[in-house]
Amino acid sequence: MPRIYIDNMPFEVKAGKNLLEVCLSLGIDLPYFCWHPAMGSIGACRQCAVKVYKDAEDTKGRIMMSCMESVKDDLRISVCDPGAKAFRAQVIEWLMTNHPHDCPVCDEGGSCHLQDVTVMTGHDYRRYEFKKRTYTNQYLGPLINHEMNRCIQCYRCVRFYRDYAGGKDLNVFSAHNHVYFGREKDGVLQSPFSGNLAEVCPTGVFTDKTLKEHYTRKWDLTNAPAICQHCSLGCNIIAGERYGQLRSIVNRYNSEVNGYFLCDKGRFGYEFVNSENRITQTLIRHRAAEAVDEQTLMNHLPHILTGHTVIGIGSPRASIESNYALMELAGKECFYQGLPDNQVFLEQKIADILSAGTIHTPSLKEIEQADAVLVLGEDIWNTAPIMALAVRQSVMRTAAAHVQEQVPVPGWHDAALKELAQESKGFLANMSILSSPLDEIAAVQVHGTPDDMARLGFQIAHLLNNTLPAVDNAADTLLHNATMISQQLLLARHPVIITGTSSGSEALIRAAYDIAAALQNEERHPGLAFVLPDCNSMGLAMTGASSFEKALAIVQKNPDVTAVILENDLYRNIPADLVDTFFSKCRQVVVLDTLHNRTTEKADVLIPVATFAEGDGTFINNEGRAQRSYQVFMSPDKVLKEAFKWLFEMKVIRRAISNGHDVHPDEMLAGLERAYPQFKGIADVVPSHAFRIHGSRIPRESQRYSGRTAMQANKAVSEPKPLQDDDSPLSFTMEGYRGMPPAPLIPYFWAPGWNSGQAVNKYQQETGGALKGGDPGIRLFRETGAIPAYFQDIPDAFSPRQGKWFLLPQYQLFGSGELSIYTKGIAALSPEPRAILSARDAASLNMATGDLLSVQTDNRTYQFPLETRDDLQDGIVILTAGLKGMDALSWGTWVNLFK
Amino acid sequence: MISHLRTMWLVFLHLFHKRETIQYPEEKVAMRPRWRGRIVLTKDPDGGERCVGCYLCAAACPVDCIALQAAEDENGRRYPEFFRINFSRCIFCGYCEEACPTYAIQLTPDFEMAEYRRQDLVYEKEDLLIDSQGKYPGYNFYKMAGLSAGVKEKGKGENEEAPVDIKSLLP
Ligand code: SF4
Ligand code: SF4
Ligand code: SF4
Ligand code: SF4
Ligand code: FES
Repeated sequence: MPRIYIDNMPFEVKAGKNLLEVCLSLGIDLPYFCWHPAMGSIGACRQCAVKVYKDAEDTKGRIMMSCMESVKDDLRISVCDPGAKAFRAQVIEWLMTNHPHDCPVCDEGGSCHLQDVTVMTGHDYRRYEFKKRTYTNQYLGPLINHEMNRCIQCYRCVRFYRDYAGGKDLNVFSAHNHVYFGREKDGVLQSPFSGNLAEVCPTGVFTDKTLKEHYTRKWDLTNAPAICQHCSLGCNIIAGERYGQLRSIVNRYNSEVNGYFLCDKGRFGYEFVNSENRITQTLIRHRAAEAVDEQTLMNHLPHILTGHTVIGIGSPRASIESNYALMELAGKECFYQGLPDNQVFLEQKIADILSAGTIHTPSLKEIEQADAVLVLGEDIWNTAPIMALAVRQSVMRTAAAHVQEQVPVPGWHDAALKELAQESKGFLANMSILSSPLDEIAAVQVHGTPDDMARLGFQIAHLLNNTLPAVDNAADTLLHNATMISQQLLLARHPVIITGTSSGSEALIRAAYDIAAALQNEERHPGLAFVLPDCNSMGLAMTGASSFEKALAIVQKNPDVTAVILENDLYRNIPADLVDTFFSKCRQVVVLDTLHNRTTEKADVLIPVATFAEGDGTFINNEGRAQRSYQVFMSPDKVLKEAFKWLFEMKVIRRAISNGHDVHPDEMLAGLERAYPQFKGIADVVPSHAFRIHGSRIPRESQRYSGRTAMQANKAVSEPKPLQDDDSPLSFTMEGYRGMPPAPLIPYFWAPGWNSGQAVNKYQQETGGALKGGDPGIRLFRETGAIPAYFQDIPDAFSPRQGKWFLLPQYQLFGSGELSIYTKGIAALSPEPRAILSARDAASLNMATGDLLSVQTDNRTYQFPLETRDDLQDGIVILTAGLKGMDALSWGTWVNLFK
Repeated sequence: MISHLRTMWLVFLHLFHKRETIQYPEEKVAMRPRWRGRIVLTKDPDGGERCVGCYLCAAACPVDCIALQAAEDENGRRYPEFFRINFSRCIFCGYCEEACPTYAIQLTPDFEMAEYRRQDLVYEKEDLLIDSQGKYPGYNFYKMAGLSAGVKEKGKGENEEAPVDIKSLLP
């Protein structure tokens, strides 16, 4: 470890870092703009100047940019040197000559990196008397606002958007002091990671447009650490509330999971919480007055819960506590997944593979660090966006690592590495049904049916381990691709294989496993990552419960069934006629959900439950990482409690055991762990609800939270008693412990002098490293070191059938989400439903793009406008999946098409 | 003894001094303009609402008795959708006025705010907004800001150059 002297104090620091990282990691407030822990340094903003001395005798020193200097043993620098300080103040003063007088109307204000640094350098009075430069703004779509006057030319936006995230449509234009950051012309930003601009840009040039609709300053939000609800990756988020509305989502750093970034679905898809469509009343249908109070409901429930068979239908988007509570209510044998057979089968297979523990499943960080990636038949761009971003980093970093082998450039030196690496890329093979934006950085792109992709996978496995069977009747391209991919995978030390359930193919999962297993040896540590559909799909799969079809079979036999359906719109997952039959056979249907949907319409008893923002819950992500999402605010509507609390009360009624008190999530998890050993360790996911620091809770509100005595004064001038949180160590007030909370309990990032999100530096062990005390979340799958057993079973090649088409889904990042679609901006970006055929198939049906195609499946006929594509194989029809109002279809079956 | 007599004498003399006590409410007090009393929201010289909903007053308020919600009109001009001051909590410290970047919120020399019901001390925007510039005439924030919010176009502000033509490479 090199020893360096900062202002004559010796420090042991990590080699390979730059001076800025070192200073920030040591807790020294050194201002910076253009350096970003995830993107490295380019030395553009000149803000991070320090004095560097030749040796102990040198008293003059030179001013250097700390972000562009490596640490060296015995290096002497000064941060507090008056010359360096004056330099930094001067830089800010220059930046401010053109900066608009906007803070009061700037959405960045109060969480502004530029404000932080301006105050830090001490610049406070304008001496420059001349005019300010101005720019016109652009319309950048419904999610991001543009106010170009505020730009300080740090280049972070384009470096993130283009270099880091691979976007094309944002760039820097013009020259000298006129540089302009925007699009070539007005228009919607195309990258699904555009929302990160709001956090990456140190100023208010790019801001969150959805927040603007109900603007609140950072200091006025009631925040809690939460988990994104919109895909299976479980990105960590900070959710903020004001006046009973969820108002913003920002990234919550977790070095193992999402790091510094979120996708736009996760960032903006929160508005369902505030939707008009929320269920707010308990309803007992088929009576004169359907809306009832809690007491009436409690009096009614014994009639339907006792003396009848109760079955529970669980949910992949409800927390594990709620699913467990339903298992307890209905009994383990009477708990079903609410997903179709095929999906349950696939997810079970994945859960089995992971719990066998023969192959490591990588975190997103490990995917970023992979040196070769094979995506086998999963459209991760749409189904797991941040994973696609991680894959891109793997490709870029591998290229940079190759450069570093030849030229000794430090890893943080972004500009130099980019210059040396030029267009070279690490290895990515991307296989998906349709082409994907990831193809651009992929060395090999394959498009085809799931079975054909699986065959390619099995051929790769065969080439890696020739005891495995070869694929027979393989086409030349398949053989060629397999050779190429297997050679590249063999060169890697940490290859990652990614697949998932979205194409509905079990063969893909088997093939991915065989490849990973064949790669594994002493030197090579492959990772096998799976993508699932929903935020708690893995948790539900781990219960091992059976599918919806089994539940249907029960109600068809038994006329006296009360079905309790937990947060699950069955019509989104199961073909409509099966669901209709199910409801017609149930004696009573109790539905607990957050939003009205087709399933809640069928409920005899409808119970409103809390969303992630109004309740606590633990979610298990695609790698089996259990993470707690904390309640952000207490709904003004008291009835909105977590589903597990309702279900617990129902269990009390049904089993006639005494209640005593409300249940805590902690108790639920402890019970879960006892009853189901596969969840072992989950109870330790967060500190217990009784956890206190020096007797204090951790406040959800900042010390500057305003309006406490006026917010509700219009209703009653006497302030109500502060709300109590019995379920967590967080409080709903500003009072409590102000130091560093344990990582799972960080409600927002703030440090003295750092009001912006850059305060995260203070919460990390080192910049870009783990949070102090370790990143939150507990991985439930452990490697066992057992010898993997290959699956082998190779499917037949796909061949088109006469007059039939193979039905496959296409998921949309914007549009396929059940909840995110309630955000207006996301709905506006959601595509219209459509069917896709190959140009030849369309011609054979005598149809062209835009015509209405009728698709006959699941005993119904659906009509979709047709799109023809040249990159699609014949014999397949692809339908947009999961769009609002669309039925679930039997994917992977043969359907009839006609004009 | 002497001291007692002296004190009594001094008190006696006060009978002939000018009286400090006034016959309030028949007689009114002369208030200075900077006296910190009832808070108002003022308007800019063009008659627009000055408050831009920046929340700085609310953050500055030591008793947290200001609550508001910012909204935006079709031109992008910010204004408070509601603005509430709970005067039963206000300590008339004037921090809000000091924090306000637009001169919108001002304390006035009116202290006659007694109410029988505490609830009536909760003032909404309708009660606070006055049709005047108050103590600081002439200031219009949106003329100074870089933002174009229907008051002036980009580059038309006093201290602004015309917007950059990004297609031009001339210096
Ligand atoms: S970017 Fe920051 S400094 Fe600039 S106007 Fe906005 S809040 Fe103020
Ligand atoms: S727009 Fe923001 S991120 Fe981009 S250069 Fe300007 S200040 Fe930096
Ligand atoms: S990648 Fe998934 S979990 Fe992460 S922010 Fe996007 S939708 Fe949420
Ligand atoms: S400080 Fe002034 S402009 Fe800002 S919210 Fe208060 S009154 Fe309005
Ligand atoms: S942070 Fe070092 S020059 Fe910008």
